[in-house]
Amino acid sequence: MDDKTLLEIKDLHVWYKVYGGYLKVLHGVNFLVHKGERVGLVGEAGCGKTTTMKSILRILPPGDSCIPKGEIVYKGKDILKMSFSELQKLRSKEIAMIFQDPTAALNPVFTIGAQIGDIIRYSLALEEKRVRKEKIKALSARALKEVYMPDPERILTNYPFQLSGGMRQRVCIAMSISSPRNLLIADEPGTSLDVTIQDQILRLLREIVEKLDTSIILITHSLGVAREMTDRIYVMYAGTIVETAPAKDLFKNPVHPYTRGLVASVPKISGGGIAKGIPGRIPDYLNPPPGCRFQPRCEYATPSCQEKPPQLFEIDKDHFVACYLAQR
Amino acid sequence: MTQQGNSEILKVVNLKKYFRIGKDKRGPIYVRAVDGVSFNVKYGETLGLVGESGSGKSTIAYTVVGMYRPTSGQILFKDQNIGMEAARRPLSLKKEIQIVFQDPGSSLNPRQTIEQILTLPLRLHTQTPKRQLREKMVELLEKVELPPDYLYKSPPSIGGGEKQMVAIARALAPNPSLIVLDEPTSALDVSVQAKIINKLIDLQKELSLTYLFITHDLSLMRNVASRIAIMYLGKICEVADASTFFEKPLHPYTQMLISSVPVVTEEEEKLKPKKVVSIGEIPSPVNVPPGCSFHLRCPYKMPICSEVDPEMVEVSPEHIVRCHLFEKQESGKEGNSL
Amino acid sequence: MINKNSLKSTVEKPHEAGRWYRFWDRISRYWYSFSRNKLSVMGLAIVVLVIMLAIFAPFVTPYPEHAGPFVDYKNASQPPSVKHWLGTDPIGRDIFSRIIFAFRGALVMAIVVLAITVPVGTILGLLAGYYRGTIIDTIIMRISDIFLSVPSLVLALAIAAVLKPNLMNSMIAVTAMWWPWYTRLVYGMATSIRNEYFVIAAELNGASRFHIIFREILPNCLSPIFTKMALDVGWVILIGASLSFVGLGEQPPTPALGQMVSDGAKYLPQLWWLSVFPALAIVLVILGFNFFGDGIRDMLESSR
Repeated sequence: MDDKTLLEIKDLHVWYKVYGGYLKVLHGVNFLVHKGERVGLVGEAGCGKTTTMKSILRILPPGDSCIPKGEIVYKGKDILKMSFSELQKLRSKEIAMIFQDPTAALNPVFTIGAQIGDIIRYSLALEEKRVRKEKIKALSARALKEVYMPDPERILTNYPFQLSGGMRQRVCIAMSISSPRNLLIADEPGTSLDVTIQDQILRLLREIVEKLDTSIILITHSLGVAREMTDRIYVMYAGTIVETAPAKDLFKNPVHPYTRGLVASVPKISGGGIAKGIPGRIPDYLNPPPGCRFQPRCEYATPSCQEKPPQLFEIDKDHFVACYLAQR
Repeated sequence: MTQQGNSEILKVVNLKKYFRIGKDKRGPIYVRAVDGVSFNVKYGETLGLVGESGSGKSTIAYTVVGMYRPTSGQILFKDQNIGMEAARRPLSLKKEIQIVFQDPGSSLNPRQTIEQILTLPLRLHTQTPKRQLREKMVELLEKVELPPDYLYKSPPSIGGGEKQMVAIARALAPNPSLIVLDEPTSALDVSVQAKIINKLIDLQKELSLTYLFITHDLSLMRNVASRIAIMYLGKICEVADASTFFEKPLHPYTQMLISSVPVVTEEEEKLKPKKVVSIGEIPSPVNVPPGCSFHLRCPYKMPICSEVDPEMVEVSPEHIVRCHLFEKQESGKEGNSL
Repeated sequence: MINKNSLKSTVEKPHEAGRWYRFWDRISRYWYSFSRNKLSVMGLAIVVLVIMLAIFAPFVTPYPEHAGPFVDYKNASQPPSVKHWLGTDPIGRDIFSRIIFAFRGALVMAIVVLAITVPVGTILGLLAGYYRGTIIDTIIMRISDIFLSVPSLVLALAIAAVLKPNLMNSMIAVTAMWWPWYTRLVYGMATSIRNEYFVIAAELNGASRFHIIFREILPNCLSPIFTKMALDVGWVILIGASLSFVGLGEQPPTPALGQMVSDGAKYLPQLWWLSVFPALAIVLVILGFNFFGDGIRDMLESSR
């Protein structure tokens, strides 16, 4: 870890309490974001990506979840040990999250202006006693202009139902950049929207990230989106990071059997049919398999894969894999 | 392979479906979901319908299947007119055309067991005696690679991909000839999608099925469909077979969509047409612009595009485009192709 | 090399598919969700206690004969003591025993009222929802609107006053004003479920209307119906107590909770135990069913 590291997740374990025991969802997640870096977190449904992100901001359901082990270090301090006021400061000034479904993320009974205004007011309230209404309105309008919303002043008076899905997503992005942040977390932005609108939203995000020099963690299940939008990709399976590499290297040379299976399953516009997918299903988190969590589905598994979970090791420049097979 | 060779199992002729949503001073207001669409589907092929939301592709699917009654136009299935709601169709017709919906969570009754879900079509459409129902259902589950004890489970306890397999098994139960698939894998992960698509392709060969496949995912379409039709605001823009569609896309909208597909390999990058940036929002099917419905977003717009709606032109065998750039001039010369 | 994981039965132990295993598994899961809130468990305890007391009243109460025609002026108007835990009334009857016998009438009313209103209201709601937009919908919902627009207690009083005052007629009165709540509840759900894709899928295959209404729509409405039923027991008992408070309901000498409160009101504050204990009993029963109903709701909703 050095000065350029912004966020580091070390060996994170997260469990949910359910009928029958604990769902041991995250099983040693290791994750690193540098200043100004665009990082992609790729994984399929149920692999734990949203859980990981929620842990960063500590918005996991309080009664039903626990973190038995692990650290999330942001700018040198462990988020998991922060006090409430430190956490508030973190959430309003340092890290912002853009949720997947913009319709659910916006309160239907308040105007856009009220919602953006609230966020600005909270983030400023930590320094200034009272913030003038005009200043809030000006900052809100400016945030909307940054996301290329046409006619920002009028949008501020609109309610969410009056906007299209793409515009709502832009509003959510505007909310997250309304005050300067160091880290944005975007959870599958545009997934619920049309492909060309999603394209616009992703390009907008890329532009904003470049302009404001923020770091961004982009969560997605689409490999193509990750390839186009990020510098570095982390591939997640069943609560562990199985492979990470710079985006261009990962697809040229995927090493982990899961990554290879994923890349093969993506339909190509060059045709040729689709590979058969990956046999099996995601493990039961109540009784996860011992050792490597992927080995029940892996065609190269050996008995030694069941002993201890493999750790990430560097197989190539800046390319890490968690697999015993790759070590040989 | 198929008995009827090259003839058509489904013929759609100038289909229109408008939804009335109110009126103003000038008269009733309609959403023109489908605005004059004609296409054919051959026996044993997979016809892909591609488009964004509001393009009308799902409305066509729902009309073919009988959820809607056409406003005008004809739908012929095996040369029989089926332009009516499902309630009016004879039972023998209902079993021939089946549909698989997009969201497996809402297309299976969460309060029923898989056994109950599969019993319904078997009971209605086949004369399977009660004692053999269980056997038949296990057979169906085997066809989609699900173990027999899934009969006792109910949808909320199984994964999305498996739910969709159940939906497919349900569609197969009455031995249909045509299956309409409305974005069957859009809500699923890529590896699950791969499994299901491969299974669908296998089943098509094994049971001589015809598919009408709807999706917005162009790279998926490339590997599934034999012919592709792309739609915009209720009209078809281009129809071509799969490889031609991607190698030589003619309509500007087709090029726009293909150029914005996110891909994973570099060879695919090279295959994409040069980037056509999409501008603006998708206009809604209530306010359809005059002339060619695409002209407001089209980078190659000409004056005629805002006035006259182009006709479908067959540029080469089996390759049809609806665009003023390709219309035959008075002198017989074709317009500039790109 | 290719593993057959996709075909392998996900049920590791064959007995897990058996009927009994599945049944008990479901019960355990339900109990887990129900018991997470301690208040719900307390509610369950109260409900079970009240029901047991009511069923076994003649064997459990210290003075069962006091619930009938009985007079003992020597022991009249006694405050709570070891001999009479909750005291006696002005004609010498033990309050505690009478309260327990009063539970009987209260529970009978709740059971009868719900046994009629729930099926009737549900079926009407299902029909109105399925035939939404047609005249069937209009007729059913406007009639239930009429019933709902009259203040419920006033309506019950009016009906009960017209008929002879007794338990049966007060049950009729409450039934008459209770059913529209279920109709409304089910109507709301039926109209939205009716457009779900699984219903459409069944219709496209030609399922009969009966099947759609009772096999597709109804099972998805059951959770809120059961939750409401559990909560309603308390409310029916309260309305019943309100009716018996003004003398419409069980007639003396059979005890009824509201009647006991009203009889004792004249003697406040000296003979406070005459009204206070029956009132507390009403509160206890309603609270118990409310907590129980909350637990039922948690239990049914988390199994989704």
